[in-house]
Amino acid sequence: MKQEEIVLKVNGTNYRLSIETRRTLLEVLRENLGLTGTKKSCNEGECGACTVLMGGKPVASCLVLAMDAQGKEILTIEGLSEGKKLHPIQEAFLKHGAIQCGFCTPGMVMSAKAFLDENPDPTKTEIRKAISGNLCRCTGYQHIVDSIMAASKMMQKK
Amino acid sequence: MTFIKRLPKFEYHSPKSLLEALDLLAKYDGKARVFAGGTDLLVSMKKREVLPEHLINLKGLAELKGIHHEKEGMKIGASVTLDEIEHSKMIQDKFCALWDAVQVMASPQIRSLGTIGGNLCSAAPSADTAPPLIVLDASVEILSSQGKRKVLVEKFFKGPEESVLKPGEILTQIMIPHPLEKSTGAYFKLMRRAAMDLAQVGVAVCLSFDSEKRICRGAKIALGAVGSTPIRALKAEQILLNKEIDETVGKEAGTIAVQEANPRSSIRASKEYRREMIEVLTKRAVMAAYNRIN
Repeated sequence: MKQEEIVLKVNGTNYRLSIETRRTLLEVLRENLGLTGTKKSCNEGECGACTVLMGGKPVASCLVLAMDAQGKEILTIEGLSEGKKLHPIQEAFLKHGAIQCGFCTPGMVMSAKAFLDENPDPTKTEIRKAISGNLCRCTGYQHIVDSIMAASKMMQKK
Repeated sequence: MTFIKRLPKFEYHSPKSLLEALDLLAKYDGKARVFAGGTDLLVSMKKREVLPEHLINLKGLAELKGIHHEKEGMKIGASVTLDEIEHSKMIQDKFCALWDAVQVMASPQIRSLGTIGGNLCSAAPSADTAPPLIVLDASVEILSSQGKRKVLVEKFFKGPEESVLKPGEILTQIMIPHPLEKSTGAYFKLMRRAAMDLAQVGVAVCLSFDSEKRICRGAKIALGAVGSTPIRALKAEQILLNKEIDETVGKEAGTIAVQEANPRSSIRASKEYRREMIEVLTKRAVMAAYNRIN
């Protein structure tokens, strides 16, 4: 199949890629760029494991064509920490037991980041709505909600 | 359990103008699909339900974006995302039924991508933007190489997943007339879950009142997910006219609305349950709309 030349800006870096038009952003992130932090789970936009930020907004990367991700700032879980220094949301998740198998975690953290950037002082109800597109089979969500609440307090202090 | 595959092969086009988009649609007649958010189309393609050889991306077209205040009313571009509507203070203030709807649609990750035009064109009987747009007297503007035409949202749907869009046509704008002073609305969606589900029943209500905001002088009620298309409950509306709004009259309207609906049983709910819930949700929507203005 014909290859298209595109440039994607991921975690602050521009990548020149040669891809088929049918490749989704999720596939390109994982398979072309080796950024396997973002997970492919349901592949139909229902589970949230593939959540990345595009222009600061959470998107289901399994439903975004790589062609359509051009010209946007894409942030993945790999781009969240600064070297070895974890983002407050990641620290909070660790501290509050929000991670069991860890598969939903990158998507959860990205949804939380987009949400807290917009709503730095949320209620528990608002947090639950913010992660309503992220499924977790392990934790029962309570620790995840607590983590995001704790992260919001940490981030407000800074 | 279907295995969700990778996308099938297609040629991708990103036209720079609506005219170019229409030309492409005509050129690849029958083999092309337009898309904006792609949250419905791409899933269908992954399931191999639809296999367009050409995809025409509408996201680059400025003509389809924006929420504009015009003399006759508000114009919402077909490619305006559900997230943009969620964040529009103007829509929250003036068209609260539509704003209610986007709050309960899908998830944040889908609302960032999905568009109001796409929700209408996918034409699910449960489409959440439909009942609010119907009670707001909205119409859509459709463009083809033959010109423009305007269709009331109420008349836009033909059947499940079928709209009046003809091949070669693109939905471009949604027009909502300015609301009357002393008017209010609400949209209630019953789901099995708190999010990420289709409606079992959807009820939208738009009420306008006299100057004391007591007597209802105008009422529109529309139902989603309880027929082969979203429908208006004309007889139920009559129950509310020229009456003081309270729970009793709201429930009466609900009882009549049930008779106007034609729900079917599905994996999400039985038709009997939907009938019960039409009455409950109609009453709640009427009261919610009333309490918003009082």
